Amino acid sequence: MYIEQLVFIVSSAALIGCALMMVIAKNTVHSALFLVMCFVASAVLWILLEAEFLALILIFVYVGAVMTLFLFVIMLLNLDIISREKGMFVRFLPIGIVLILGMLAMMVYVISPEHFGHLVPVHESADYSNIKELGMVLYTQYVYPLEAAAALLLVAIIAAVGLTFRGKAHRKAQNINEQLLVKKEDRLTILKMPSEGKEE
Amino acid sequence: MPVQVPDLTPAVPQIYVLIMTCVTLLVSLFASKKHSAWTYILSQLTLLGAIVLTLLYFHHKSQVTFHGNMIVDHVSMLLTIFICAITFFVLLYSRDYIKQHKMPNTEYHVLVLFSTLGMMILVSSYSFVSIYVGLELFTLPLYALIALRRDSAVYSEAAMKYFVMGAIASGMLLYGLSMIYGATGSVQIAEVVKVISALPSSQHLIILFGLVFVIAGVAFKLGAVPFHMWVPDVYDGSPNTVTLMIATGPKIAAFGLVIRLLAETMPDVQLAWSHALMLIAVLSIGLGNIVAIVQSNIKRMLAYSSIAQMGYMLLGVIAGTANGYAAAMFYVLIYSLMSLAAFGLVAMLSRDGIDIQHIEDLRGLNERNPWLAFMMLIVMFSMAGIPPLAGFMAKIGVLEAVIAVGHVWLAAVALLFAIVGAYYYIRVVKVMYFDDPLQSTRIDLPTGDMRVALTVNGLSVLALGIFPGILMSLCQAAF
Repeated sequence: MYIEQLVFIVSSAALIGCALMMVIAKNTVHSALFLVMCFVASAVLWILLEAEFLALILIFVYVGAVMTLFLFVIMLLNLDIISREKGMFVRFLPIGIVLILGMLAMMVYVISPEHFGHLVPVHESADYSNIKELGMVLYTQYVYPLEAAAALLLVAIIAAVGLTFRGKAHRKAQNINEQLLVKKEDRLTILKMPSEGKEE
Repeated sequence: MPVQVPDLTPAVPQIYVLIMTCVTLLVSLFASKKHSAWTYILSQLTLLGAIVLTLLYFHHKSQVTFHGNMIVDHVSMLLTIFICAITFFVLLYSRDYIKQHKMPNTEYHVLVLFSTLGMMILVSSYSFVSIYVGLELFTLPLYALIALRRDSAVYSEAAMKYFVMGAIASGMLLYGLSMIYGATGSVQIAEVVKVISALPSSQHLIILFGLVFVIAGVAFKLGAVPFHMWVPDVYDGSPNTVTLMIATGPKIAAFGLVIRLLAETMPDVQLAWSHALMLIAVLSIGLGNIVAIVQSNIKRMLAYSSIAQMGYMLLGVIAGTANGYAAAMFYVLIYSLMSLAAFGLVAMLSRDGIDIQHIEDLRGLNERNPWLAFMMLIVMFSMAGIPPLAGFMAKIGVLEAVIAVGHVWLAAVALLFAIVGAYYYIRVVKVMYFDDPLQSTRIDLPTGDMRVALTVNGLSVLALGIFPGILMSLCQAAF
């Protein structure tokens, strides 16, 4: 129990610290890396809650794939645009702090044990399978939103293709048929010309 | 664990739309350029089929299926029929525009169909999860539709604005819903209602905390003040037919969102959300009507007018009675019909170098094409709320509902701004009828079926004003 609390405190502190650093960091790449750290820290929290499958998904999908792509995008973009707006952070800091404090006070007041009670996660036995439980409800109870989400993914594909595909005319694509049917005469021209003697 | 197979019959229209959309996608993918008309025909068949299938099911009582994730009642069926019918007209109006402006045919139709499916799912959702997924499914294709012509910086900018604002709104909504889930322990509306009504009122604070975010998210989607900033920019920056799409169906879907999330989920804290909506409605009516006066761009003017109209619609919801909800539903259906005709006319006239951007572009429309001018006149008078048109009946309905619960001052404010609003609607009529045209050549809609459709659309506004009984009683029967 003691170790669990220690892990909780350390990873929560890491989560808050990294989230803060993500906003503060000047370098966008650093921001993205701090976000990665946030994901890792919250994955630890999820494991403490015994949601192992979701925690692993968070690491595999978000840390492994999404954020890597994100870093690619950041590195491909022109970062000068961002550095030009350096003064923005300081300029909006006062109003930001007021908003954050107000929001924080409200949340602390509302999300207190008084309203939620002391929720202690229930420990399941060792042979309890997260994936099985998820699968059972995902394909039965939540099949309707699941199907809608499937349609949503299809839309994302269509939209991505629609927004980026520039048509065959602009691409330098190979025409395999034409390549295979090519004859020697199409590519080689044999010229007859008198041989030149060696220059003296 | 035995698996219970959900009753699929209430979902048949949605399943049909999903399958037909995929069929449309595949057929147009493999069909040659010559047969591109098939995309259009299949899309329209999809929408007509969905209307017919919903009508066939219309006599049934309300039914919850898919383990409490979906509800099919008269609200959802009536909204579904209108959403499909309006999208049918949207595709009909935009056929020529997308050809003229070289927008990708297949993507355009398929995205519109998916957006329609999202709206259908949204209005018939009965749990937070399906509401959220439905919402995303209806908005995501719209972002892509705006930016479909990538070469234009204006469209990209509008799409970007809409996307960012939409993402913030979704985030807010999701945060609010997660709070309510935390407090009630369920995502299903039927369960949430039970838990909230069992809670002592001292425990309502957490619900109210979530409610604030839910209202913010909903107001974003409706485009109501103070979450309205995206509306004029997106309406103005989108291709005309996409504006037509955004300004019609989504308003009906957003009304469905309001009904499901506020009226049905939280009747026990009705006082709290109706006060918040009161503020939103008064600000929307005021700001929308006043700022619309100074607009010279017709799309921006109609955008501000839509902000004001959403404010009027909210009056019915604020009343919180069955009559009020029915009046709000009548209002939003009539509004989408009117905005369909107004934006449709703007979209269809924008061709061959004539681009309707400013109100001045409509100068002397009466001399160039009296019938089109007459249709626009009907729509403008109806939006202003002049009898005997449908807009008048709709306004009467919401004002009556709000007076019935004792908010006379609200009705007075709404009425006052309706008079202010009449100015800019009637200015369009003045420009069409009393100003000299810049060119005297006759202009007309591209094809015969579009002329017929616009006539049907315009005359329906007139007919529903004179005989509002049928639609009104359908709306009342729904609540």
